[in-house]
Amino acid sequence: MLTAILAIAALAVLFGLMLGYSAIRFHVEGDPIADQIDSLLPQTQCGQCGHPGCRPYAEAVARGDDDINKCAPGGEATILAMADLLGREPVALDAEEKLPAVAFIDPERCIGCTLCLQNCPVDAIVGAAKQLHGILSKECTGCELCLPPCPVNCISMVPVTEEISGWRWPFPSTPLKETAKSQPERAAA
Amino acid sequence: MAVAHSLIANRRLWTFHGGIHIPDEKSLSNGAPIAPIALPSRLVVPLQQHIGAPARVIVAVGERVLKGQMIAEPTGLVSAPVHAPSSGTLVAIESHPIPHPSGLMAPCAIIETDGEDAWAELPPPMTDYPQLDPELIRERIRWAGVVGMGGASFPTSVKLSPGTDRHIHTLIINGAECEPYISCDDRLMRERSGHIFEGVRIMHHLLGVKQVLIGIEDNKPEAIEEMRLALAETDMHTYTEIVPIPTLYPSGGEKQLIRILTGKEVPTKGIPAQVGIVCQNVGTAAAVADAVLEGRPLVSRVVTVTGRAIANPRNLEVPIGTPASDLIAHCGGYRETPRKLVCGGPMMGFALRDADTPITKATNCVLALTPEESPAPGPALACIRCGRCAQACPANLLPQQMYWHARAKDLDRVQDYNLFDCIECGCCAQVCPSHIPLVQYYRYAKTEIWSREQEKRKSEQARARHAAKQARLERQEQERQAKLRKQKEALAAKAKAQAKPETAAKQQASAASPTETANDS
Ligand code: SF4
Ligand code: SF4
Ligand code: SF4
Ligand code: SF4
Repeated sequence: MLTAILAIAALAVLFGLMLGYSAIRFHVEGDPIADQIDSLLPQTQCGQCGHPGCRPYAEAVARGDDDINKCAPGGEATILAMADLLGREPVALDAEEKLPAVAFIDPERCIGCTLCLQNCPVDAIVGAAKQLHGILSKECTGCELCLPPCPVNCISMVPVTEEISGWRWPFPSTPLKETAKSQPERAAA
Repeated sequence: MAVAHSLIANRRLWTFHGGIHIPDEKSLSNGAPIAPIALPSRLVVPLQQHIGAPARVIVAVGERVLKGQMIAEPTGLVSAPVHAPSSGTLVAIESHPIPHPSGLMAPCAIIETDGEDAWAELPPPMTDYPQLDPELIRERIRWAGVVGMGGASFPTSVKLSPGTDRHIHTLIINGAECEPYISCDDRLMRERSGHIFEGVRIMHHLLGVKQVLIGIEDNKPEAIEEMRLALAETDMHTYTEIVPIPTLYPSGGEKQLIRILTGKEVPTKGIPAQVGIVCQNVGTAAAVADAVLEGRPLVSRVVTVTGRAIANPRNLEVPIGTPASDLIAHCGGYRETPRKLVCGGPMMGFALRDADTPITKATNCVLALTPEESPAPGPALACIRCGRCAQACPANLLPQQMYWHARAKDLDRVQDYNLFDCIECGCCAQVCPSHIPLVQYYRYAKTEIWSREQEKRKSEQARARHAAKQARLERQEQERQAKLRKQKEALAAKAKAQAKPETAAKQQASAASPTETANDS
C-alpha cells in the first residue's frame, strides 16, 4: 500500500517537473490570443478594418483597442467566430459585405509601371518595369489595394465565379415556413 | 447448381440497424430489354466525371476524334481519363451544366458527331490476363476510365490496388439496387450476366481474394436466377456465391451491404478495405471486362428512364454526353408534365434543372415524377423528439441531434455526432412525422464544413504569402540600410583619405605642435 502511494506520488512529482520544464523550455513567443484571432481572419490584408493588415487588427482586438465587427471580408461568420472565441456578444458588421472578387488587369491598357505590384500584399501580381503585368487570380485575395495606385485605371474587380468544389447546399428555410422539401436547389437558384 | 444452392442455404445473413420498406416501383421500367439510343448530333462530355483530380484535355479544338479515343488524360493518382463516346469533331471545350445538385456549369468537351461511330484503334485484348503482371491490368483499367458505376464514381483501378499492407479477403459485388424505380443493374444482370462474371473473375484475380459474394435484393428473382445459371456455367462457383438479400432500403449502401453479407462493421470514417473487403458494383464489373478483354474504354452506360410522367419507361444503353432530354424523347416523351425531374433515384437523387444536362459515367437514372408520385410535402413542424429518425437510420446515427446542431449552425457539435458517416439515404426524413427536411440540414452542414475548410486553406496561403512579402521587404530594407551605411563609411573613408595628406602637410608645416599629432593618431 505504502509503496503504491509512494510510487504514485513520485510519478506525480516527476510529471509535475516535466510539465514545468516543458512550459519554460517550449514557451511560445508572441500573443496566443492575437494568434487565435488572426487565424479566424480571412487574411485578405485589405485594411478595411482601419489597420494595416489582418495581424495588426488581431493584435488590436486582443488588446481590447478595437471592436470585433470591423472586418468586412470576413463578414458575419468571422464576427461569430471571434465572439465565440472571446466570449463576447456578437455585434452587427460595421461595414458592407461584398461578394468575393479578384482583380483583373486590362492587358490593352497596362503600361507596366509596377505600381500595383508594389502594393499587392500577397505578391499576386507578376510583372516588371515596362512589361505587361498579370494577376495570379488563385492567389489574389480581392483586397483592392492595387486599384488606387494604377495611373491608367486599368485594373478592375471581377466577381469570382462559383465553382462546384466550393459549392454549398443552402441552409433549409425555417422549418415552420418550409414547403418545398424536395426542391432546395430551386430555392437557391 | 446444386453446389451453389447448398451454399446459399447455409449462408448466414446479418441485419443492419434501421432501414425502411418503401414501394420499389421497379416494374415500371424493368420489363423491356436494354435498348440502344439514336446517336445524338452533339455530345457534351464533362471533363470530370469521377472523384479526384479533373482530367486534362489532350486534343486540340477542331480536331477529328474517333470513338474510344482518349480526349483528356488523368492528372493524378486518383483521377480518370475521358474518351470520345463517338466519332466526330471536337468543336469546343466550354462550360456547360453538368449533373450536380448545384446546377452549376463545369468544363465539358463538345463533340459534333459524324454519324459514322467509327472506333479508334484500340489496345489489344488481354485474354491471357492471368499470366500478365497485375500492374498491367490495373493500368489498362485506369486507361479505360472505369469508375464506380453505382453512383460514387471513384476510380476503379485505385480501389483494385489496396496496397500490400492490407489483407483483402472478400470481394463484394453490389447488385442490391435498393433504391426505388432504378432497374439498370437488374437488366444488366439479366442480360449480360456472362460479361459481369468475366469482370468479377478479373477483379478476383487482381485482389487475390478468397471469396466473392454477389448480393442481390430478393425483389429481383429473374436477375438472381439468371446470375445463378451463368455462375453454374463457369468454374467460379468454388469461390463465388450469389446471395439473395431481403429487400430493405438501403441495403445497397456499401457499409450496409457489407454488414448484411459478412456481419462486419466498417469503422466510422473508415473504408471497407480496413475490414478486408472491397465492394464493386455489377456495372463496374461489366466495364472492367470491356476494358481488359476487349480493350474498350468506358464510353457508354445503361441508364433507367422512368417515373410515371414518362410515356414508355425502360432502360437504355446511352453514349456518355447524351443530353437527358434525348433519353426522355426516346422513351416517348412525357405522358404528363412532371412535377420534378431527378438525376438518380427518388431517395438519394437530386433535381435536374436543365433537361439538356448530359449523362455521365455516374448517371444511373433519369426520373420524371408526376405530382401524384411526389406530392409536395406538408409544412415542416417542430421536432417532437419521437426518436423515429434514430430508429430508421441505417448508419446508426442520431439524426435528431444532428438536426438540432445543424439548425443552430453549430458545425463542431454536429460533427461530434459523426455527421460524415451519414449516407444521405433519407430514411430519417421519410419517417419523420413532423416532415422536417432532415437530409437537407445534413447536406448543408457537410458542404458548409468543406467550404470553410477550403476557405481556411486559402487564407492560410494568403497569410504565408503576406508574411513572405513582409519578410522580403524587411530584408530589402536592411540591405538598403546596410548599403547606405557602407556608402557612408566609404564616403567617410574617402574624406579621411583626402584629409590625410592635408594633415600630413599641416604636420610638416607645424611639426612643432605635439597636441595636434596626438589628436591625429
Ligand atoms: S478588414 Fe479583415 S481582411 Fe481586411 S485587413 Fe482587416 S482583418 Fe484583414
Ligand atoms: S492583385 Fe490587387 S486585389 Fe488581388 S491581392 Fe493583389 S493587391 Fe489585392
Ligand atoms: S423523427 Fe422527426 S420529429 Fe421525430 S425525433 Fe426525429 S426529427 Fe424529431
Ligand atoms: S440520411 Fe443520414 S441520418 Fe438520415 S437515416 Fe440516412 S444515414 Fe441516417
